Amino acid sequence: MTGALSTTIAGGVGTSPTRPDGALKARGEFAYSSDLWADEMLWGATLRSPHPYARIRSVDISQALALPGVYAVLTHEDVPGENIYGLEHPDQPVLAVDVVRYQGEPVAIVAAEHPETARRAADRIVVDYEVLEPVTDAEAARDAGAPVLHPSNAGGNVVRHVRIRRGDPDPAADVVVTGEYMVGMQDQAFLGPESGLAVPAEDGGVDLYVATQWLHVDQQQVARALGLPVESVRLHLAGVGGAFGAREDLSMQVHACLLARHTGKPVKIVYGRAESFFGHVHRHPAVLRYEHGATREGSLVYVRAEIILDGGAYASTTAAVAGNAATLGVGPYVVPHVSVDCWGMYTNNPPCGAMRGFGAVQAAFAYESQMDKLAAALGVDPVELRIRNAVAEGSVLPTGQVIDSAAPVAELLKLVRDKPMPPPLAAPVDLREMPGGVSNTTHGEGVVRGVGYGVGIKNVGFSEGFDDYSTARVRLEVIGGEPVVSVHTAAAEVGQGLVTLQAQIARTELGVPRVIIQPADTGVGSAGSSSASRQSYVTGGAVRAACEAVRSDVLKLAADRLGAPVSSLDEVDLVAVLGSAAVERTVEWRHRPTSALDPLTGQGNAHVQYAFAAHRAVCDVDVELGLVRVVELACAQDVGRAMNPDAVVGQIHGGSAQGLGLAVMEEIQLAGGKIRNPSFTDYLIPTVLDMPPMSVDVLELADPHAPYGLRGVGEPPTISSTPAIVAAIRAATGRALTRVPVRPEHIVDC
Amino acid sequence: MRVSFEVNGEPRTADDVWPGESLLYVLRERLGLPGSKNACEQGECGSCTVYLDGVPVCACLVAAGQAEGREVRTVEGLAEGDALDPVQEAFVRTGAVQCGFCTPGLVVAAHDLVRRNPNPSDAEIREALAGNLCRCTGYEKILDAVRLAAAQVGAS
Repeated sequence: MTGALSTTIAGGVGTSPTRPDGALKARGEFAYSSDLWADEMLWGATLRSPHPYARIRSVDISQALALPGVYAVLTHEDVPGENIYGLEHPDQPVLAVDVVRYQGEPVAIVAAEHPETARRAADRIVVDYEVLEPVTDAEAARDAGAPVLHPSNAGGNVVRHVRIRRGDPDPAADVVVTGEYMVGMQDQAFLGPESGLAVPAEDGGVDLYVATQWLHVDQQQVARALGLPVESVRLHLAGVGGAFGAREDLSMQVHACLLARHTGKPVKIVYGRAESFFGHVHRHPAVLRYEHGATREGSLVYVRAEIILDGGAYASTTAAVAGNAATLGVGPYVVPHVSVDCWGMYTNNPPCGAMRGFGAVQAAFAYESQMDKLAAALGVDPVELRIRNAVAEGSVLPTGQVIDSAAPVAELLKLVRDKPMPPPLAAPVDLREMPGGVSNTTHGEGVVRGVGYGVGIKNVGFSEGFDDYSTARVRLEVIGGEPVVSVHTAAAEVGQGLVTLQAQIARTELGVPRVIIQPADTGVGSAGSSSASRQSYVTGGAVRAACEAVRSDVLKLAADRLGAPVSSLDEVDLVAVLGSAAVERTVEWRHRPTSALDPLTGQGNAHVQYAFAAHRAVCDVDVELGLVRVVELACAQDVGRAMNPDAVVGQIHGGSAQGLGLAVMEEIQLAGGKIRNPSFTDYLIPTVLDMPPMSVDVLELADPHAPYGLRGVGEPPTISSTPAIVAAIRAATGRALTRVPVRPEHIVDC
Repeated sequence: MRVSFEVNGEPRTADDVWPGESLLYVLRERLGLPGSKNACEQGECGSCTVYLDGVPVCACLVAAGQAEGREVRTVEGLAEGDALDPVQEAFVRTGAVQCGFCTPGLVVAAHDLVRRNPNPSDAEIREALAGNLCRCTGYEKILDAVRLAAAQVGAS
């Protein structure tokens, strides 16, 4: 630290200034990746496999090339670099070679002058497939006789097996409950489809304008596939219409660049909604088998768990998701004896990877269901049981890691428990407040109210020894007679408000009201991904560090000028000191290192920070028709420091909503590896009619290791809302409800 | 084919329109008005909501030819110069905008609501916006925005 901060500035840390991009977005003038346009631009389209598993005998593109208006039809033979990519394990072809491993796998790409021409040309490509029997069951994929989908993978169909062992392998308990739980395949369902514009450059390189979560990891993968030096592939962040994990993996990035370089023209690719369901990874479906043992007094003795995650056809981030599901697998509870085995598997189902909550969501549905089951077996209140076993600062997790900052799990539970209850349904009946709504399915008969609770734990930032850093370039100069700060990072603004936050930090650190956030691109070093609830922490930390470096330089300049030490920018006339000079510093900033897990015992300080949220859900259930209306969803979360209080609450609302979706409606329906519902007609996400009022309590218990004491915000509310809602439906119905999403047929015997 | 209609008060013409193109495609790709969004293109998400002769419609479900000779008002036509419409202002002020991809459609739908009903109840707001999907906000701050906009429009 160098010099004192200016803490009184408007629009600084801890305030909620309006988003700098808000007015543009509200006017319809913000340029999203699908809005881009260039002179002589062509449109790209993708031919995808209709089969979950097949050999490709031949591909005939002649009829597609013959269609007027078509400029290029490319297959794997036209990929000049390595025809392979992947975030953790490069195992996915840019364009399929001799085998397709999931329905929707790209086989060929087309560029044409009109998007409909491109689609029709793709339809005219003749692919001769030898259809194979797909592997669609992640558990069966472990069997010795199962077809091995990636022969080069040493573990067969196992992407990763994570073992956590702690304490006594054979503990005894007074009360034991077991359960098997299932989580369906959820989709991120961002609204802005995968899209971007690739522009060939005169230097032989390419400029790609794209919606993504991590520009530099895209850049590396695109450059490798194009066979170009990394610096010849320049990425620019276009407007991002939501992400939620679905933009971590490549979609159209390489394809657009290939077509642009082949045709010498700008090429735009925009997926339609149906194609989007095939164009990105999903949340891993899971089977989770748990056994909880406790003393008669309600103290947890042990947890044994087996978790099977269906990673689908390609690895994506399955290994890291499995790491999270395992290390966070017992939840925010003190458990002396733990045995967890988590398997991330290859199948011929759609590839699965990152979605908000990242492995912690699946585990939480199981361990929270178990806590309710255990409470029932012990005859104690489910909130009391949770509080009795809750972790706190200093607790040891199943990995042996000690929680070294606030972990107010008990307080969060008490906060949501002690909220006033919503009023009961009252006569006269307003249909809009009934399960089934204005479909007029009930006037209150058969409607039972239930209340349920859930609490969750999430790691913040990248874990298990990953070199997790961000880069910020901060420049201070005088423009038009006033000091102006310019902040340049490659961090992806995906809606969460990072652009607002970066400006807040710069204002606070440098005491300058006017801050310009430069467009994110690869002209500055990597910021890492906008995922793992990490950008406020890591890019926020980088911006702060770069501001500190600039401040230090300015104080030296001022001291030189005055001939005496200067300790605070408040004492500095920036216009006079800077004159026509600019002070610019670029800083790479890292959080504390984490370590790998021991492969046999899963012991290790794998995570840098933990975050917690708790929910109370109140549901009205028509127990005769199986219809559910969530009446209220109360959340309490510790955010360390509310950097931007309005944005924090917005994240909690949005995260809670996605958890509601998983609880009662959202699932990609698969049959034989094929997606049956790739549309917003058939894949339902919550509408404004489905969402209840959401009260939010925010705690600010600073983490001394984190910038400003902040704690990552985005994911925890997605983790705890799902089990809370299901618990409320259980309370109303008495049903076991071991699978999400809960469907009417789970509530009513059909 | 050629399609001519009025957009945001100006007569506009698009040439070489393929008969299968939607009004949304013509607005976005031929007339330089990409404010109306392309999130589902099947009438489920409301992101492309525009006024057609004063009535909110999903532009993705209107064939371009159906707009011939009619009046279209898009999200780009709501503000007056630098001054945002009160609905737009309310969305920005209340934090109802995150990624913003749903915002243009919601702004048009809310613009229509608060002018039809300057004092909507929460239930009426929910009903009016039920055709617009948002994935970021959980709708709480969108409700705040519409309440604020209604109060401002009602007061003026």
